[in-house]
Amino acid sequence: MDEFGVVVAGAGPAGLAAARAAAECGAAVAVVDDNPAPGGQIWRGQAVELPRAKVICGARVVAAPAAGRLTLETYDAAFEVGYRALVLATGARERFLPFPGWTLPHVAGAGGLQALVKSGTPIVGKRVVVAGSGPLLVAVADCLRQNGAQVALVAEQADGAAVRRFALALARHPGKLVQAARLRARVRYMTGCWPVAAEPGAVTLRRGGRTWTERCDYLACGFGLVPNTELATLVAGGAEVDELQQTRVAGVYAAGEVTGIGGLELSQVEGEIAGYAAAGRSERARRLFGRRARYARFAQDLERAFQLREELKALATDDTMVCRCEDVRMGRLRPYGGWREAKLQTRCGMGACQGRVCGGALEFVLGWRLESVRPPVFPARVGTLAISPKGLGGEM
Amino acid sequence: MKVRVNGRAVEVPEGAMVSAAVALAGEAAFRRSVTGEARGPLCGMGICFECRVTVDGRAQVRSCQTPCRDGMEVRTDG
Repeated sequence: MDEFGVVVAGAGPAGLAAARAAAECGAAVAVVDDNPAPGGQIWRGQAVELPRAKVICGARVVAAPAAGRLTLETYDAAFEVGYRALVLATGARERFLPFPGWTLPHVAGAGGLQALVKSGTPIVGKRVVVAGSGPLLVAVADCLRQNGAQVALVAEQADGAAVRRFALALARHPGKLVQAARLRARVRYMTGCWPVAAEPGAVTLRRGGRTWTERCDYLACGFGLVPNTELATLVAGGAEVDELQQTRVAGVYAAGEVTGIGGLELSQVEGEIAGYAAAGRSERARRLFGRRARYARFAQDLERAFQLREELKALATDDTMVCRCEDVRMGRLRPYGGWREAKLQTRCGMGACQGRVCGGALEFVLGWRLESVRPPVFPARVGTLAISPKGLGGEM
Repeated sequence: MKVRVNGRAVEVPEGAMVSAAVALAGEAAFRRSVTGEARGPLCGMGICFECRVTVDGRAQVRSCQTPCRDGMEVRTDG
């Protein structure tokens, strides 16, 4: 088993910042990521420099068999790594909301379609509707257009007034303002507008009292982001952190979107703080607290502006699929009071994604929160589980 | 780089994922759900498991996180 002073789980902005900070202090650092290359979602496909750290890509953390150890699985192998300090920088995923037709193959996430296009999926000349909520929609539309897509419109569910207030608040964050300004001139951006149904090759949208259908080759649809807390829950009972980004388990830190959605700059400064602290240099971490506090204001502005509207809770009819792994429809879930009962009776959330998709949906629609996590945190091969004979951890 | 998708040869760009090869082959449905619905990639980042295909005989491979290799055989269940 390879041993490191600091292992960082996740090679996005927070993880890379943590790795650089810890390596700069002389720690032996490894960064683990399940994508084929470092960069996370935001820098997917871009060259990322990470001197003085070992980068283990294409490897998914599936279990934590004991304190100081993680079980990793790659396409054709499994192994353990050991750490003295761990930084969890597992990022976020999109929140998907169920509506009639959302399981059709031409409906993808907003960030989802962007990731697919960056990975080679052809988009030139395709007509795309981008819908859902949050500043990510704007970035996605921009990226798709640059790659040759015809973006018919961006449908933002938040009200125009809230989005305008957010745009003004962005003045504190010049990099983001430039991106927003660049896009607005070229793409139809409708606030107070959301999808109510998808049909093959089309989407039906609603705005005010008007409902109409737009033809599209793809509907790229995501309603904000949800932190990927599964590994943090397994290792540390959650992603809540103190001022040094340390979880309730000593030596285990969390940074970036996993601790709450706050954007690129906040993720980077949290990562840097966690990296210094994990390398035992908390005095250097403390110098960054002021910067972190400034970027945290952006997180608050973001949450306020893009709150999901109540109407979205009623999009799913009884016949609408909610759990895409086990094909459980909304009507089957309504009789139950929460996750425990629903899982037992319907298998909702018990398929391959382990509730990562329907969890975010039902948290909003029914107010159900998925709390517990069991290893393996991702489906793993039997051979992978066998390398940790004393169990998979998480018995806390 | 060339891969085969359901027996059909597809030219894929350097660095492309298997999900791109399937799309380039013109397949919209990557898998069938437990009740037989056609499904395609949703999250694009290894979370949702909707893009699973068979690669070189291995089932349940997430195509969005698997880089294409020359000569790869990909099978969808669409």
